[in-house]
Amino acid sequence: MSNAGSIRGGQTRAGWLFVLPTLVVLGLFLAVPVVMALWVSFTDWNGRGSPFASGVGFVGTDNYRELFGEQGGLTRADFMTSLRNNFYYVLLVVPLQTVFALFLALVLNQQMLKAVGFFRTAFYFPSVVSSVAISLVFLFLFSGGGVVNSMLETIGVDGPTWFNDSRGLLHVVGDGLGLWNAADPPSALAGGGLLGLTWWQWLSGPSVALSVIIMLVVWTTTGTFMLMFIAALQDLPVEVEEAARIDGAGRWGVFRNVTLPHLRPTMLLVTTLGLIGTWQVFDQVYVMTQGGPSKTTLTPAFLSYFYAFENQKWGVAAAMAFILFLIIFASATLQRWLFRDKDAIELKRQERRTKKARARAVAGGAA
Amino acid sequence: MSTTSSRTPRYRRASLAALAVSTSLALAACGGGFEDDGSSEPASSGDGPVELQVLIASSGDAETQAVEDAAAAWAEESGNEVEVVVANDIAQQLSQGFAGGNPPDVFYVDAGVFGDYAEAGNLYPYLDQMEDADDFYPNLVETFTLDDQAYCAPKDFSTLALQINTAAWKKAGLTDADIPTTWDELQTVADKLTTPQQAGLVLGLGRDRVGAFLVQNGGFWVDSETGEATATEPSNVEALEYVQGLLDSGSAVLAPDVDAGWGGEAFGTQKAAMTIEGNWIRGAMSNDYPDVDYTVAELPEGPAGKGTLLFTQCWGISADSEDQEAAVSLVESMTSPEQQLANAEAFGVMPSRESAQADYVEQFPEDAPFIAGGEYGQGPVNLPGLGPVLADLDSQLEQIARADATEILESFQKNAEAELQ
Repeated sequence: MSNAGSIRGGQTRAGWLFVLPTLVVLGLFLAVPVVMALWVSFTDWNGRGSPFASGVGFVGTDNYRELFGEQGGLTRADFMTSLRNNFYYVLLVVPLQTVFALFLALVLNQQMLKAVGFFRTAFYFPSVVSSVAISLVFLFLFSGGGVVNSMLETIGVDGPTWFNDSRGLLHVVGDGLGLWNAADPPSALAGGGLLGLTWWQWLSGPSVALSVIIMLVVWTTTGTFMLMFIAALQDLPVEVEEAARIDGAGRWGVFRNVTLPHLRPTMLLVTTLGLIGTWQVFDQVYVMTQGGPSKTTLTPAFLSYFYAFENQKWGVAAAMAFILFLIIFASATLQRWLFRDKDAIELKRQERRTKKARARAVAGGAA
Repeated sequence: MSTTSSRTPRYRRASLAALAVSTSLALAACGGGFEDDGSSEPASSGDGPVELQVLIASSGDAETQAVEDAAAAWAEESGNEVEVVVANDIAQQLSQGFAGGNPPDVFYVDAGVFGDYAEAGNLYPYLDQMEDADDFYPNLVETFTLDDQAYCAPKDFSTLALQINTAAWKKAGLTDADIPTTWDELQTVADKLTTPQQAGLVLGLGRDRVGAFLVQNGGFWVDSETGEATATEPSNVEALEYVQGLLDSGSAVLAPDVDAGWGGEAFGTQKAAMTIEGNWIRGAMSNDYPDVDYTVAELPEGPAGKGTLLFTQCWGISADSEDQEAAVSLVESMTSPEQQLANAEAFGVMPSRESAQADYVEQFPEDAPFIAGGEYGQGPVNLPGLGPVLADLDSQLEQIARADATEILESFQKNAEAELQ
């Protein structure tokens, strides 16, 4: 045993030597910045010199309290506005891009389809073009007198001034249905509130301007996720599908009971990547709207950048980043739990139960 | 089975330890690097040639070229070396420099971020060492003053003035005598110029346009001398209500209402007959709308007299620079009257020195209304820490046509007071 241990000890050393470069690089570019940022979020560092220097004051959880506490004032209102916007953004983007990606993948996976290569490239194309370039194109498409509004005009619709329109969609829809008057919100909603925003503000829905960004992002990311679905679909043996057909399953039955369960791991991957990406949205906001109109496209990532680099409020900005991390971590965990394989868990539980029962039976027999 | 399960914890512990070691090593390395720079004394540049790094946020090739030429001329004369770098995102690049302890020696500082930089101790106050420092417009120097300490030399400046579309003016039957000099007259000519196709006056969004009316009424958002917010003074409410009256009457519109990004675009596309913009509109008009004839007049006087807004940047010198003496000398040559007139020619900015004013007006007589604003203009809010508060003000001013003026001002006052305590 000791002999084997020493041989393996040598191997371990060599192994460490091999992974050392990666560890150093990861530590330097991942662990160190994270630790530094975490430290900054507990200080009043003003961006000058090292955050570890002696002059930098430790302020405990002040920066976090500014984001959630009464004393936060404008900072809290800004942060909550950005969380609200991003929440509606995630709520729309993740399901939309997943459904579209799955739909396109199913279409492209059909054996009958000709020119699959062409369509695959066409659908994937938006994903490989720089997001800045696409953002600029969308700015022109959706300007007040742009292509989109001209097309709407031909069918008699007077389009909004997209990027200048700060009205919330839920406000507009409620107004249209006669639930409320958006110009004079019901006092039950406008009077009370939570964390610096009124209920009326929380319930605004995405603004028209944010909806354009949502459309853009769904359009650009669908291609990437489509590729993942296609790869998973090609893994599914045709025989399994045929067997199901022979057993009498219809098209829908095959999709529901064979294809979808097979796609579960990919679905988890796609929705998790989507969730993380959408909570971190930055480029489109930075290029197109800078948070306007009326802060309705403000997102935590952009707000953090704005507070840090343009206003030297590094501590609060770092605190925002960590709250965002916690939100992403929590929602990804929740998602894993929702997507857990219930059958497999049940199977394991049963196995354990039978094992125990058998052990007891053996013990009983011996006695 | 048993070997793998016994090995797993050991493996984990070892990897954690390795990560911790590499992390702490790297942290130590960073810390050391930062502190060295913070404590070192700025060395004198008297001995031997030095190498200066200059970071600028350029408006285009013309500006870059002009700055590079001027820097090269200074380098030639003084026997030093200068490297001019054009920033992509100057706020971010400067932040990196300040945090890392190796910022550029000389860089542009916008009036809006001056307060934050000065308070953090990133700027070296050098204005009193400069020759002819009292030649700069006092309003501009005031903009770069914090706690009675003047920090840096104004690079150049811009002011707001009234631009009038000549063709629309004639068509409405107006003459030179009708050029508005009071608020009432502005309302009158805006009414006359308004047609179904064209608004009388278009205003850009935000405090940087509306603020001019506050100044004309004797008020402003803050008092930079006492460092207090003054938004809720009755004069400010009056000024905002006057602007709301203009918008209500339909003679004035905001740029987004006519699908324009800024006043100049609406003016150039002739969606409005007048606008209030700075001298940067010259370049936009000659490049994008060369066929539109226009004249420029000073902004009309308000109840409290003449008023306009100043926009300016200064030549910041880093507090961490090792060659501050050489840097001051470079800035002196960059802000000499001759160099400023050359810059005016190259990329259309106005000299920040009063002694250059006469020559400038002679060279660009049609810019007299702009440069006149240097005497009575009000610089931007330069108190530290107000960035998000001002951004919030701008966001509320987007809705000025419908909002309650008192509410906007009160909310600004509250937020600013919380920050300025």
